Amino acid sequence: MSGSFSVFARELKLAWSGGGGAALPVGFFAASASMTPFAVGSETAALQTAGPGVMWIALALSSLLPMERLFQADLEDGTLDAYAGSGIGMEGIALAKTLAHWIATGIPLAVVAPVLWIMLQGPVEATGLVVLASLIGTLAFFFFGSIGAALAAGMRRGGLLIALVTLPLYVPTMIFGAAALDAAADGADWVGPLLLTGSAALFGVATSPFGAAMALRTAID
Amino acid sequence: MAGSGASSLVLEVENLAAARGLRVLFEGLSLRLVAGEALELRGANGSGKSTLLRILAGLTRPHAGTVRFFGGEEVGRHYLGHLDAVKPSENAGEQARFWARYFGRDAEAATAAMKRVGLSNRSSVPGRGLSAGQKRRLALTRLLIEPRPVWLLDEPTAALDTEGRTLVSQLVADHRAAGGMVIAAVHGDGFAGSRVLDLASLKAGAKA
Repeated sequence: MSGSFSVFARELKLAWSGGGGAALPVGFFAASASMTPFAVGSETAALQTAGPGVMWIALALSSLLPMERLFQADLEDGTLDAYAGSGIGMEGIALAKTLAHWIATGIPLAVVAPVLWIMLQGPVEATGLVVLASLIGTLAFFFFGSIGAALAAGMRRGGLLIALVTLPLYVPTMIFGAAALDAAADGADWVGPLLLTGSAALFGVATSPFGAAMALRTAID
Repeated sequence: MAGSGASSLVLEVENLAAARGLRVLFEGLSLRLVAGEALELRGANGSGKSTLLRILAGLTRPHAGTVRFFGGEEVGRHYLGHLDAVKPSENAGEQARFWARYFGRDAEAATAAMKRVGLSNRSSVPGRGLSAGQKRRLALTRLLIEPRPVWLLDEPTAALDTEGRTLVSQLVADHRAAGGMVIAAVHGDGFAGSRVLDLASLKAGAKA
């Protein structure tokens, strides 16, 4: 286990030190949500209707951005060979790397989410829920994304493949997550949809390291 | 975690064939190597030296045949390829300490390894500031941090200066003396007293 934990700690440090890390996805997330009033119109009712959906689309696409480099750098510089040749399971490596990148990028996304929620005229009382739902949502997006990231690691410009493979896997999380925010905006019960979002995320965390590991072993073959 | 002391260490390769895509690189390779021995892989570029090393490391699946290691439950192997696995933004010393933690060793092991490969005074230099030879030396620290009986080295002296080549020869000799096994792809000078395998003789179709 010391192997996986040391990889987790290293990835977390590299994500912070190695050139911004969270800056691009967070900037993209903030920009796409703040463009919405210009496209949808600034009427409160229109923004409140579109708000939850826009938030989730922006969150999903922002989570895709860091995926291209998730495993690619390690494949290119031989680090994956060194990890694989040292007898520690690729599943542990995939889990450690994805979790570290979620902490470095997913959590900052969830932290800025309430600001965008208020900009989209969402009710202030729901900001706590927005943070919680964004944390759960990005967790699902990063883990499902890791499968696409592993499949595309050996390709140049694999970003399109990542989007094609990953976006269908994002659908359940998107539906339940947006439903939870919708319900909160309407003052209805949001616990059910939020639990379903959580179950989608847990499914992703539990299964995707195995899929990613399989793809990574093929990538270094 | 097998140490280097396993004296019953044996590698048996039977009727091995390797392919890249549809092209068979070599076939019919059988060999037996025991503790303390070194094997030099020779052959032209593209003859399958690197592929053979990756197969022995368990990274690439063979086209046909079997590879078996004996001597302990799981015989530990180190694979050092062309790529040095050096991170550009991390200090050299920090990278050695990372591998020590990764292998469950203490920081002392990392410090000693850095000293052995002559990088003690480069500890605080980030990976991007190291020369090609220094990156190779940093990769060599992995061999020393975690003792493992089998070393699989792909042109270990590439980019190294004369002193660096002497260092690698010394490391290989020490490893063999401790009961380890070394298989290395080499051009130019080999290691003293090692067996030689020329992959050109096993080229696909050479003996139909």
